[in-house]
Amino acid sequence: MPIDETTGKSKGYLFIEFETPAQAKAAVAAVDNYKFDSKHTLSANAFDDIETFATVPEEYIPPTIEPFQEKPHLRSWLKDELARDQWVVIKGDDTGIYWNNKSEQPDLVHTRKHWSDMYVQWSPKGSYLTTFHKQGVALWGGPEFEKIMRFPHANVKLIDYSPDEKYLVTWSHEPILMPNGEHHHVIVWDILSGRQLRSFPVSPAAMKTPDAKEKGPGSTVKIDWPMFKWSHDSKYIARMTPGMEGAISVYETPGMGLLDKKSIKVEGLKAFEWSPADNVLAYWTPEPEVGNIPARVTLIKVPTREILRTKNLFSVINVNFHWQSNGKYLLARVEKATTKIQRTHNLEIFRIKEKDVPVDIVELKPTENLTNAFWEPNGDRFALISLEGSAKINIHFYEMNAAATTTVGKKKDMTGQPSVSALLGGAKLLKTLDRKGINQVLWSPKGRIAVLAGVRAFQGDIEFWDTDDMTMLAAGEHYTCTDVEWDPTGRYLMSSVSWWRVQQDPGFQLWSCVGTQLAKQSVPQFKQILWRPRPPTPLTAEEIKQVKKNFKEYSKEFEVVDAKETNKLDKAVIEKRKALWAEWVSYRRRCHEDWMREAELRYEIVGYDRDVEVAVKEIEEYVDEVIDETEEIIGDAADDD
Amino acid sequence: MRPILLHGHLRSLTKIRYNSDGDLLFSASKDNKPCVWYSANGERLGTFNGHNGTVWDLDVTHNSRYLLTGSADNTCKMWEVETGRCVYTWETRTAVRVVAFALGDEKALFVTDQTMGQPSTIHIVPIEADPEDQTSEVLRTIVITGPKITVAVWGNLNRSIITGHEDGSISEWNPDTGALVKSAKNHEKSITDIQFSSDKSHFMSSSKDHCANLTDTKTLKVMKSFVTERPVNSACLSPIRPHVVLGGGQDAMDVTTTSLKGNKFESRFYHAVFGDEIGRVKGHFGPINTLAFHPTGRSFSSGGEDGFIRVHHLDEDYFEFKYEEENFDDLPQM
Repeated sequence: MPIDETTGKSKGYLFIEFETPAQAKAAVAAVDNYKFDSKHTLSANAFDDIETFATVPEEYIPPTIEPFQEKPHLRSWLKDELARDQWVVIKGDDTGIYWNNKSEQPDLVHTRKHWSDMYVQWSPKGSYLTTFHKQGVALWGGPEFEKIMRFPHANVKLIDYSPDEKYLVTWSHEPILMPNGEHHHVIVWDILSGRQLRSFPVSPAAMKTPDAKEKGPGSTVKIDWPMFKWSHDSKYIARMTPGMEGAISVYETPGMGLLDKKSIKVEGLKAFEWSPADNVLAYWTPEPEVGNIPARVTLIKVPTREILRTKNLFSVINVNFHWQSNGKYLLARVEKATTKIQRTHNLEIFRIKEKDVPVDIVELKPTENLTNAFWEPNGDRFALISLEGSAKINIHFYEMNAAATTTVGKKKDMTGQPSVSALLGGAKLLKTLDRKGINQVLWSPKGRIAVLAGVRAFQGDIEFWDTDDMTMLAAGEHYTCTDVEWDPTGRYLMSSVSWWRVQQDPGFQLWSCVGTQLAKQSVPQFKQILWRPRPPTPLTAEEIKQVKKNFKEYSKEFEVVDAKETNKLDKAVIEKRKALWAEWVSYRRRCHEDWMREAELRYEIVGYDRDVEVAVKEIEEYVDEVIDETEEIIGDAADDD
Repeated sequence: MRPILLHGHLRSLTKIRYNSDGDLLFSASKDNKPCVWYSANGERLGTFNGHNGTVWDLDVTHNSRYLLTGSADNTCKMWEVETGRCVYTWETRTAVRVVAFALGDEKALFVTDQTMGQPSTIHIVPIEADPEDQTSEVLRTIVITGPKITVAVWGNLNRSIITGHEDGSISEWNPDTGALVKSAKNHEKSITDIQFSSDKSHFMSSSKDHCANLTDTKTLKVMKSFVTERPVNSACLSPIRPHVVLGGGQDAMDVTTTSLKGNKFESRFYHAVFGDEIGRVKGHFGPINTLAFHPTGRSFSSGGEDGFIRVHHLDEDYFEFKYEEENFDDLPQM
């Protein structure tokens, strides 16, 4: 610290040298702008920075503008004339993207060997294909599937996109050491620029490490993914810290700053979910060990933090949330303990859009162990899967009734009081199915049709149901199928057997939405197939109505195109067949000539001419077969008189 | 088409063969007793008792009087078909895997297996008109130095012997000199069966590599390949239609992992020229090991790992079936 010789005081500045640049940076960050008092502020800068400031050139040199590089059209596939969907397939080392041609061979769009080290994943609107590599992830898109962007994150294992495809969250089990000593596992990226927006550490509570005996090098760590949950409009991303110090931390994009600089404190927080249509969070807390507070489900608005609704629950063991796709209903699947060993399930259904958010309760049989619930997209129906006893599997279909109202009628009834009618809310049970082999219900993305499937450990039964009248459209099976997926338009269903799980008969089957099997292909080393998602339609409700009205005219056009297609196909096939047949005939004729030429030699070896037909004598033999013998004793003639 | 079920063997079938007239069906199995049946109604005539081990292969003379069988008990026996009496036995050092009469039935070949230090060997023996005169004379032996033989057949006019090997290759040998004439690696895994067309101008070779190939005899070139998802154990050609039948299934060890819906093992019919699958015949409870077409082409039989033989008399629909582009009059009649 240089001292002024005249005054004997310090010159007001000093130089500090550190061992590592990281330490220096940390010191600058810690000490810069420190206020000694109102008039004296300490400022700290890195030495290199001062150098840069000092050597600023006098003349202004305008920055060079790079020439405009046209980026590939990320939505090109939507312009397909035949409105086909695409899927990505991994078989063996080849990853390829194909057009769905229904029963015919799919058309190849692009293929590459060793494209991804692990699996591949589409972005939520279908613009990007994500591939995994040791160094990070890569995004590919456009009609030729060029590389759009790269995100370096060593040994990345899981990713999550924001719903608007602007941001990407990546997780790796390998931590990144930050200058402040923290170990970060999660990074949030801005997709268009490729910039890292923020990285996060993961609390040990959230990384459920395996049992002590399993620990060791290479032991797997289980985490809940997506750990950071996006709001529907991608404006917020939230994660929770569970347990006694529980809190939901909500971050705003793009700055990635904590909303209002503080998390939402929820003591005992167990789980939370965003509404898929509004910026509303649903979370629940169990009964604390000490105190008389009941378990509670709470709905809270973001960013206002206004509590929309709370519901107290008693004897709760676990709650799972199932939001309906329009944010219209929230189904909370509650597991209660009636006695120390016995469990029951019931449903608490919140009608979000109604005034005061009424809650309907649906009770289930005490012997039923609810395992999952599935809402119809854009609809008012849901399906439940429950296990009764140890082997019986029930599937219940419910439809939400209109909200409960009590109306005061205008007419007066007999006693002179205005009549009051009450419409019950709740949900109506449409049908219960008893199926041993089903463990999933997949609703068509357009609603109405539900597919019941038994995947992975089950036999691969697939059933198509029309929930408007609860009739079964078709039943099929894809033995040992591991995955079942609807296409984004709800026209087709794909069931597949992945070689990663089952080595026998990998391949896929394509079904129409009413259950007709369109194609079946056995593909050696078939690993993964995923439909390419579509962005939501830009048509307004009015426009959709118009299209439906004029459907007849549109379908005439389509029929003409279809007929032309089949004709073209037939012609090509017929030509090919004629050629093959001609080839075969000439081959057979040549062989026949050889055969006739060799007749002499044959005669020598065999001793007779095989080609001469020996006269065959037909002998007819009649064999009498005794079928039945009956003896009838006719009385003595003497008896008759 | 209702198949006739022949249940006489206690263990899996290894080979079935029709006689030249087609009225008899001979079957060999891992139980030691080959059987002979009437192919029209499935009635069994009798069994040939004498072998002490799996009977791997059998062949019958053109006049249906004598049967030749090869067995794992290191013998090759000749039997009188009418009486079931064994008329001659050849003793060998290792198991006999293949037997075949030559055209004219004046000689026969049998192949001994590569075990216990012995190489895979083709033995060509003379067949006397009267079995009383039969001796153990051997006309020629061909010792195989490469991958062992799994299938062997006499070529056209006994001028050649065509063999299939464990590595998927098919070779042609000169029986008079014992020399290797040519070889082609048409398959990736072991050859399971070779069956000729009625004029021996082409043959079907089936293999564990899930393929069966229609091959030209003279050049050993593959004319058409049929690919399935399971190892193919046998393939045969229809004598009167351009159709081929394939039969196969997983190895016995993997059977437990298949669908519980039982009898899903099927023989598959393909069009030999266009390559399309034209039909399937279900019914076996285990992999199909051997197939044979009746010489008239009006019926075919399959023998399975389940010990059953299924005789199928084909419906009229099958004979009427044809593609638009086909014209049977184009083909020369044999």
